[in-house]
Amino acid sequence: MENYLDVQAVGMRFGSRKGEFVALDSIDLRVAKGEFVTLIGHSGCGKSTLLNIIAGLNRPTEGVVLLADREIDGPGPDRGVVFQNHSLLPWLTCYENVYLAVERVFGAKEPKSRLAERSHAALEMVGLAHAEQKRPGEISGGMKQRVGIARALSIEPKVLLLDEPFGALDALTRATLQDELMRIVASTEATVVMVTHDVDEAVLLSDRVVMMTNGPAARIGAILAIDLPRPRDRLAMVTNARYIHLRNCVMEFLYRRHAKVA
Amino acid sequence: MSATPLKRKMLPVEVSGASGTVATGPSPAHPAAAELSDRLARRTATEGRPYRRVSAPEWVISSIYAVLGMVLFVLAWGAIARMGGRIPDPAAVWKAAVVIFSDPFYSKGPNDQGIGWNVLSSLRRVALGFGAAAAVGIPLGFLIGRFSVISGMAAPIVAMLRPVSPLAWLPIGLLLFKAANPAAIWAIFICSLWPMIINTALGVRQVPQDYLNVARVLNLSEWKIFTKILLPSALPFMITGVRLSIGVAWLVIVAAEMLTGGVGIGFWVWDEWNNLKVEHIIIAIFTIGIVGLILEQTLVMVAKRFTYN
Ligand SMILES: Nc1ncnc2c1ncn2[C@@H]1O[C@H](COP(=O)(O)OP(=O)(O)OP(=O)(O)O)[C@@H](O)[C@H]1O
Ligand SMILES: [Mg+2]
Repeated sequence: MENYLDVQAVGMRFGSRKGEFVALDSIDLRVAKGEFVTLIGHSGCGKSTLLNIIAGLNRPTEGVVLLADREIDGPGPDRGVVFQNHSLLPWLTCYENVYLAVERVFGAKEPKSRLAERSHAALEMVGLAHAEQKRPGEISGGMKQRVGIARALSIEPKVLLLDEPFGALDALTRATLQDELMRIVASTEATVVMVTHDVDEAVLLSDRVVMMTNGPAARIGAILAIDLPRPRDRLAMVTNARYIHLRNCVMEFLYRRHAKVA
Repeated sequence: MSATPLKRKMLPVEVSGASGTVATGPSPAHPAAAELSDRLARRTATEGRPYRRVSAPEWVISSIYAVLGMVLFVLAWGAIARMGGRIPDPAAVWKAAVVIFSDPFYSKGPNDQGIGWNVLSSLRRVALGFGAAAAVGIPLGFLIGRFSVISGMAAPIVAMLRPVSPLAWLPIGLLLFKAANPAAIWAIFICSLWPMIINTALGVRQVPQDYLNVARVLNLSEWKIFTKILLPSALPFMITGVRLSIGVAWLVIVAAEMLTGGVGIGFWVWDEWNNLKVEHIIIAIFTIGIVGLILEQTLVMVAKRFTYN
């Protein structure tokens, strides 16, 4: 299963009052099963647009996306999505937010007790067993993001799609959650596509970093394989020559070759 | 009041509604308790801090203002009464009120009943008319909010009919039901319908795209989308609709009953005018105002209960 997720010549145009806006132009990307890929690029280049196409929330105007050799023609629970702003339902408790997803995916073939078990397990995995009965309004931003991750993972998706999941968090919380995500992904062997702005995050977490050129008509500028052994320790990375080199490659791409002209 | 001082609540109490958010300050359970807790706080705060004068709690001040306003109102009323004319003075109205409210539930035939019965009959009509309006208006509002085709068809009709006084519909009610009582309920139904439809549709239309994306990603069934996302998200708007409807209904019932007769506070006002008992009319005005206030406040409390973040 080399080409597990297969983005083929995908283009995206938005119709606007002033004519057409070409957001993405012939994007080709192959992601292997179990691989962790990040999309990085300047704001507005079309990262979310690409991720939403993979999620099935948007339809590409050109090209197709295949998942396990089947065309994606809409959103579905085989792809877990963690949204940039967590998108928890504020009137449900953390547990109920997760349960809603679990019930939808496993409700037809499993008894209620098993569904409850799954929901508890997902929240435990992100270290939130104690906050199950709290509502999103009663927990911190980092905890909300973790519930979002638990919800996405609880349905055992083939692919996990994350849109700047830690974008709104402080550096400390962000680091903790990155470590947690690495651990969870290692244990579940999920295939992950993640959007980020953060160079360190991209290099630390990914197997490959996909660097996108600036829009309009954004393309994939370069793909950098991150050949650092796992598990990766963030403290050790600071002095790791290979890490520093890879990091500089991404920086070079973003700030020299495709610097954002304001 | 032994244990209360230390548990003094410091969280502001929020009352939210369509008219905006009103936050009242710290509300101690008891003035003496508050003072005690202030003294305790001052003693435990170290000597380094300068002495700060503690002003009276906010609610005491606002109630003083409210009482002051009332006193001025009554004085002005008394002055107007003394200028002659037929307006009875506050004392006379008070005396009449004591008589009326000492036996609010007497019943001497269909045209002579206590004020309690009159208020209850009016409330019953409002409840029936409003209930029917909710039963029709909320589902209709959901359809209008969710499907643009229906919205496109219904919007002009609603926009055209909404400014029409519900009393203009009263003859249609008489025609349809051939009786006065259902016709009054019909007028309430019509006037409650528009705020219910409009606010429910608004509530459904403003459901954040993020929540709908969650539904799409999970492929939730239309029923789950309705119960877990649309309904809870639109609920505060629906309650606003209910509040506005009841407010309008309570306004309209008085006028409708004046026209249709029967037992009810509106007809009672008219009846007392025919009997030239102006004191009673003034009592009715106050009663109508207070009942309306209670309805409004109850719904504000319900709305607060269902508002998230
Ligand atoms: N529905 C839409 N209609 C028209 N233009 C759109 C639409 N969605 C996105 N765009 C445009 O497509 C481009 C890419 O948007 P996108 O949200 O994918 O950027 P992004 O890379 O995710 O940016 P950021 O990092 O700031 O989130 C932007 O120029 C945006 O204005
Ligand atoms: Mg984005």
